[in-house]
Amino acid sequence: MSIRFDSVTVAYDGNVGSLALDALDLTVEPGEVMALLGPSGSGKTTALRAVAGFVRPVSGRVLLGGRDVTDLPPYRRGIGMVVQQYALFPHLRVDENVAFGLRARRTPRGEIRQRVAEALEMTGMAAYARRYPRELSGGQQQRVAIARALAIRPRVLLLDEPLSALDAQLRSGMLAELARLHRELPDVSMLYVTHDQVEALTLADRIAVMDKARLRACGTPRELYRAPTDAFTASFVGGANLLPVTVGPGGVSFAGAELKVETGDVVAGARATLCVRPHLVGLGAGPNQLVGVVREIQWRGATHRLYVEVDGHAVMADLRELRDPPAHGESVSLHFAAEDAVLLPAGVVGDGR
Amino acid sequence: MWAVFLVLFLPLFALPLLVVLGASFATHWPGVLPAGLTTDNYRAATRGEALQALTTSLLTAAGASLLALVVGTWAALAGAALNRRYRRLMDALFVLPVAVPSVVVGLSVLVAFSQPPMLLNGTRWIVILAHTVLVTAFAHQSASAAIARLDPACEQAAASLGARPSYVLLRVRLPLLLPSLTAAAGLCFALSMGELSATMMLYPPDWTPLPVLIYAATDRGALFTGSAVAVVLMAATLLVLFAVSRVRTRASYR
Repeated sequence: MSIRFDSVTVAYDGNVGSLALDALDLTVEPGEVMALLGPSGSGKTTALRAVAGFVRPVSGRVLLGGRDVTDLPPYRRGIGMVVQQYALFPHLRVDENVAFGLRARRTPRGEIRQRVAEALEMTGMAAYARRYPRELSGGQQQRVAIARALAIRPRVLLLDEPLSALDAQLRSGMLAELARLHRELPDVSMLYVTHDQVEALTLADRIAVMDKARLRACGTPRELYRAPTDAFTASFVGGANLLPVTVGPGGVSFAGAELKVETGDVVAGARATLCVRPHLVGLGAGPNQLVGVVREIQWRGATHRLYVEVDGHAVMADLRELRDPPAHGESVSLHFAAEDAVLLPAGVVGDGR
Repeated sequence: MWAVFLVLFLPLFALPLLVVLGASFATHWPGVLPAGLTTDNYRAATRGEALQALTTSLLTAAGASLLALVVGTWAALAGAALNRRYRRLMDALFVLPVAVPSVVVGLSVLVAFSQPPMLLNGTRWIVILAHTVLVTAFAHQSASAAIARLDPACEQAAASLGARPSYVLLRVRLPLLLPSLTAAAGLCFALSMGELSATMMLYPPDWTPLPVLIYAATDRGALFTGSAVAVVLMAATLLVLFAVSRVRTRASYR
């Protein structure tokens, strides 16, 4: 079932002065996984809660499968929802938790048993059916929460930072599980709220980047990563070096260096931002060379991250583990290929750390 | 630390109770210790008039705390849905019977229910009603505090699963509130068991609660019999409190 936001505006406590969501227009296609990616306070959770029915838009409509649900209470929307803190019912066993939605809908007994078993099987929790939530680990509790949401066979699944409370190792395992669930349930549309770009890039068919209650960009992970259209998206979806440049004929100039990059239709003489991903920056001489002083080196096991100061701007470079890393204060050369840089027409907003 | 505790606790709390306990086994108290040890006081305190008063007290307390629990929880649930200003007003209204001296509560109940169509004066119901008014404040307060501690995420999860508000109340909110509600019931019960001042103004001859009997006994100078009845009252109350505290609910294992 498709999810459509039709210029949905949400205000805190009905106060139009402070908007939690500013005229959001977004459509999630049937069977699509859409990630809402943004920092905290960007309005992504508010958007999800508007779909679930827990916040009421001051204007705009929410449509599910073409049906206007803006005025429907949450319990009549038929949506599965999984939240960060699991929100399992502590007084009910795992199987009773999963059966809750079916019982509330007066599903026949035999069918409940079968569908609970099926949902627990799907999330790998069948062996824990008779336990209480408090007897399970965080990861197991989140699996039960997912099973509970899936048992009612929703055609829309809302996931609100479902992996944020789990540790890193568990998180990547659950990410694979969610991807598998999506393959097994190709008709279920998912709205996945996260502040973690790796989750969004891994799982989503499309990503909607949000900032300050507004939608900044929306596109496939590849589009947003390879060709971001604005500086915020560039820095939030994967790290980015954002360099203030002046556009010239057939290239740009940055800190006195002439760089050969695709300038597209940006007119010469305009100020713009050059986005270069840190892992596409190389050390040593090469095309599009920048010379600077090493300010910081972080060894991250498989990679070294260098912060090189070029004319007052920090340029990040993620390099395969260096046998002889440069010393602090050493002068080094960096380079990048022309096709790895993206020119953003707007000015610099931050230095992209 | 322990010394301070003993110095304060013993004379203030333990000693008076021990004195009552000692007196309940005595026929007279000539010096430092009671004398003429006997169990006759208890024989008198566990039959006839006293036994009937004990039943009266237990029934009154059970009835009043049950009513208070229902009314208090209902009001607290309704209050939780209000905005803050109205909720404050409601909280204040429910605290009123505690803030006002219970003699005043007794008098007002007496005046209010002495005329048709609500003529309860002279019946046991007026005692139960007065006790209910007095203890509802505590039930309401406990229930309000417990409702405020409920995780809204649980209720929202239930709603998203298709449970209408009445189903959420019955299957999620009330079960999660149950541990707090049983604790509140115990408190209400204990308060009602010991209520004297309002009861004095209201009780009909055929519905004499135990505290009234104790008061009457000591008033006519039968201190040792009164002590025995007091110990029975204490024991009965503690026994019920203990039983309530044993009522474990699944939610309390959280």
